[in-house]
Amino acid sequence: MTDTTTISPAATERGPVPLPLSLARLLVVVGAVGTIASAFLSWTWTSDFPGDLTVYGYPAGLQILALVGGVLTLLFGLTLWDVKWLRWLNPADATSPVFLTALSAFAVCWFTGIAIAVDLGGLVNLDPGAYVAMAASALPVAGALALPHPAPGTGIRGYLTKPQLPAPTKVSALTERVIITVGVALALLAFTYGIGIDNDASETFIGYLLLLVFAAWGLMHTGLVDRFATTAAHHKGFASALAFVAAVVFPFTQNDDHNANVGVNILIFATVALGLNIVVGLTGLLDLGYVAFLGVGAYAAALVSGSEYSRFSGVHFPFWAAALTGMAASLVFGVLIGAPTLRLRGDYLAIVTLGFGEIFRITVNNLDGTSGPNITRGPNGITQIPDLNIFGFNLGDSHDVLGHSLGRFANYLFLMLIVTAIVVLVFTRAADSRIGRSWIAIREDETAATAMGINGFRVKLIAFALGASLAGLAGTVMAHVNYSVNPQPYQFAGAAPPNSAFLLAAVVLGGMGTVSGPLLGASVLYLVPEKLQFLQNYELFAFGVALILLMRFRPEGIIANRRRQLEFHETGQLDVPAQETLSDDAAVTKAGA
Amino acid sequence: MTTPVLEARDVTMRFGGLTAVRSVDFTVNSGEIVGLIGPNGAGKTTFFNCLTGLYVPTEGTVSYQGKVLPPKPHMVTQAGIARTFQNIRLFANMTVLENVLVGRHTRTKEGLWSALLRGPGFRKAEKESEAKAMELLEFIGLAAKRDHLARNLPYGEQRKLEIARALASEPGLLLLDEPTAGMNPQETRATEELVFAIRDKGIAVLVIEHDMRFIFNLCDRVAVLVQGEKLVEGTSDVVQADDRVVAAYLGEPFEGAPGTAEAAEVEAAEAAADAESADAESAADTGSTEADSTTKGEAQ
Ligand SMILES: Nc1ncnc2c1ncn2[C@@H]1O[C@H](COP(=O)(O)OP(=O)(O)OP(=O)(O)O)[C@@H](O)[C@H]1O
Ligand SMILES: [Mg+2]
Repeated sequence: MTDTTTISPAATERGPVPLPLSLARLLVVVGAVGTIASAFLSWTWTSDFPGDLTVYGYPAGLQILALVGGVLTLLFGLTLWDVKWLRWLNPADATSPVFLTALSAFAVCWFTGIAIAVDLGGLVNLDPGAYVAMAASALPVAGALALPHPAPGTGIRGYLTKPQLPAPTKVSALTERVIITVGVALALLAFTYGIGIDNDASETFIGYLLLLVFAAWGLMHTGLVDRFATTAAHHKGFASALAFVAAVVFPFTQNDDHNANVGVNILIFATVALGLNIVVGLTGLLDLGYVAFLGVGAYAAALVSGSEYSRFSGVHFPFWAAALTGMAASLVFGVLIGAPTLRLRGDYLAIVTLGFGEIFRITVNNLDGTSGPNITRGPNGITQIPDLNIFGFNLGDSHDVLGHSLGRFANYLFLMLIVTAIVVLVFTRAADSRIGRSWIAIREDETAATAMGINGFRVKLIAFALGASLAGLAGTVMAHVNYSVNPQPYQFAGAAPPNSAFLLAAVVLGGMGTVSGPLLGASVLYLVPEKLQFLQNYELFAFGVALILLMRFRPEGIIANRRRQLEFHETGQLDVPAQETLSDDAAVTKAGA
Repeated sequence: MTTPVLEARDVTMRFGGLTAVRSVDFTVNSGEIVGLIGPNGAGKTTFFNCLTGLYVPTEGTVSYQGKVLPPKPHMVTQAGIARTFQNIRLFANMTVLENVLVGRHTRTKEGLWSALLRGPGFRKAEKESEAKAMELLEFIGLAAKRDHLARNLPYGEQRKLEIARALASEPGLLLLDEPTAGMNPQETRATEELVFAIRDKGIAVLVIEHDMRFIFNLCDRVAVLVQGEKLVEGTSDVVQADDRVVAAYLGEPFEGAPGTAEAAEVEAAEAAADAESADAESAADTGSTEADSTTKGEAQ
């Protein structure tokens, strides 16, 4: 997948579809146009199928996705003709982006056709539009398979080979900013569309995921994604400010406070994942009970919230004090768990944190007045947590801003955004400092790190406690968002986030040691169970399969840390242990040269 | 010029029934380059580990500039002893510059708070650290590769980088465990120059090596360790002239050999360790290159 080979048209192999080149190119474009056109036809006769695909002249649901896939295919198809103003789209003049975008449209159209037939019981339910879509979307795939690809002798796999990319042309700083803005806007658009898909329309969401995966894969092969990443890294401040603005804009794009609720929950989940990333991604400590720190923060905030069900119902802290209380409580637990275990190596910590996570849940369940003192009201939890009131601004009320009514969850979304921004700042600043380097050093080689004068125990404890208190901070907001706290969500593994396994998965899936990785991983892991309700019983299974596939094909996570990408891919083999490359003959000869 | 920097008194290290280091007294004076040689499995690395706190010696004490060192690696480094490892232990996925910056850990103080607040003090300290690190990279000739990942460096440069990382802690004594293992003759020569240059900075050096030419060119004094015991100590000429040293290396039995009774035991333990761990395997790998260089050294 990542082998890079120079593209030289003369030496390239032709594809399995025997068509002359010019015809193949034509086929791609014609098919793409056909796909676009089909989106404006009716695909089925009844609106029983999610998304209402019955209307002529007005694409909806999966048709919009097919339309997007068609447009992308068209754009990349046109790059085959040396259209001047499209050159930047495909600077390597490669076949694989064409093939992959063609696949994205093909996958959406065929999935829809099959889903209609299965859901409604038979092919009779397909309108001509659906046949047009399926036929038209197949043409670009066939066309692309007739084009040459850069890795001769690899058969069809050659079409998934990432081409060698030419060095990017220099552009002005202003253009770079424009690129970032466009990228962020597109991301916001894609995210808003995904979150806006009706919870009952799992078909649409699957189509959305298909389109997203293939289109993103295709874009990666054009080098545009790398380009965007380096550009954004160049203008770090600008890019993060813009991402923040995009998140602020998000509630204004929603008419329904429910989506803002989803947004808050994603942010909470993502923030906690980012905190865990300090522990797992930077310091290399495996924490299997991290969600308990979120719970400690949430319970601490609930107890001082002034709720009449709180043990200390008379106590009503202002938010800043409650947040500090939550952080402090988590910090104390973090130190209590960390101090005895962090002196030991490796796996002990995993077991102890796993145990702590379960003990927390069980204890909270039992502090109900019957099995133990009444502090947490056991399984009933602490309910009726009042809304936060910050500077006289009640977060429970709707507010009209710029003519747009922002509901309760939108208010909390803004609060949570500030919390997330703080955590991002803490993460990036800590990572890029003396202490952050010592965390990474410990992850890389603890013995060498201590021999360099790093007090391993102390530094690991700082990471552990910092991670815990950040989770506690997120917990304080969560208690208020959900009106109540109860022991149920704070488990090791469950069908819905947050739980320790999902948090860990968000970090690994997103990309360890990065900021955007856990944020993205958390969004995916939150949205997929939310939108694919039918998976409920198979969720953990599907989740496991997804993780295995990811670890096989992209072990560094969706967003690759520069280090990890080099670590996993530079040899072209994933299973060569580092030690062997060192004592390898080749390495010695190289050293001798 | 002969104030002792390092004094090891009666250091003994036992692993279960195996005595890897037995009652070794050892001194390194300031401004000296001292060699430590001995056949494979003699206990040289174990002795280093005792000096640097990676192992807690079963008996004996180690003092640095007159103060007894606590057996904690980070405190030993803090005190002023830095080391390299026989099997290179760089932070493989950190850049060259970051590796050296980690080496500066004990000479900087900025904690979490100052990292989060980023006051002027923090920026100044980071700048200074970077300047010092770059100076060291210039010194060993890796400045151009500052942003390469350590794992992507060729073997010889990795060894050099390990030395730079150790020097970053501004030590008074540098311990080098087989710095030229796996190097070609030119690189070995360059390393020789490097060690002299380090000594000229006022840093005492204790070096383990199997390359005899390297050792005898370099060292003011050489100690020979055989089966955990110090056999001979003296100038290059004294050591080279000593029959027992040759005998120990070639494995000939000789009168009054220390620890002959344990030889079999040691071998058995080694065999077991080899069979068990992959680590032992890579050590054996390096072992064969060492054996080669040993023969070369002997031929002189
Ligand atoms: N942690 C340990 N546990 C048990 N035995 C050990 C341990 N470390 C070293 N030994 C044993 O102590 C003896 C001395 O080993 P050491 O590594 O110090 O030898 P060395 O002189 O450095 O040899 P080489 O030249 O091969 O590096 C060996 O028999 C080894 O197996
Ligand atoms: Mg050794």
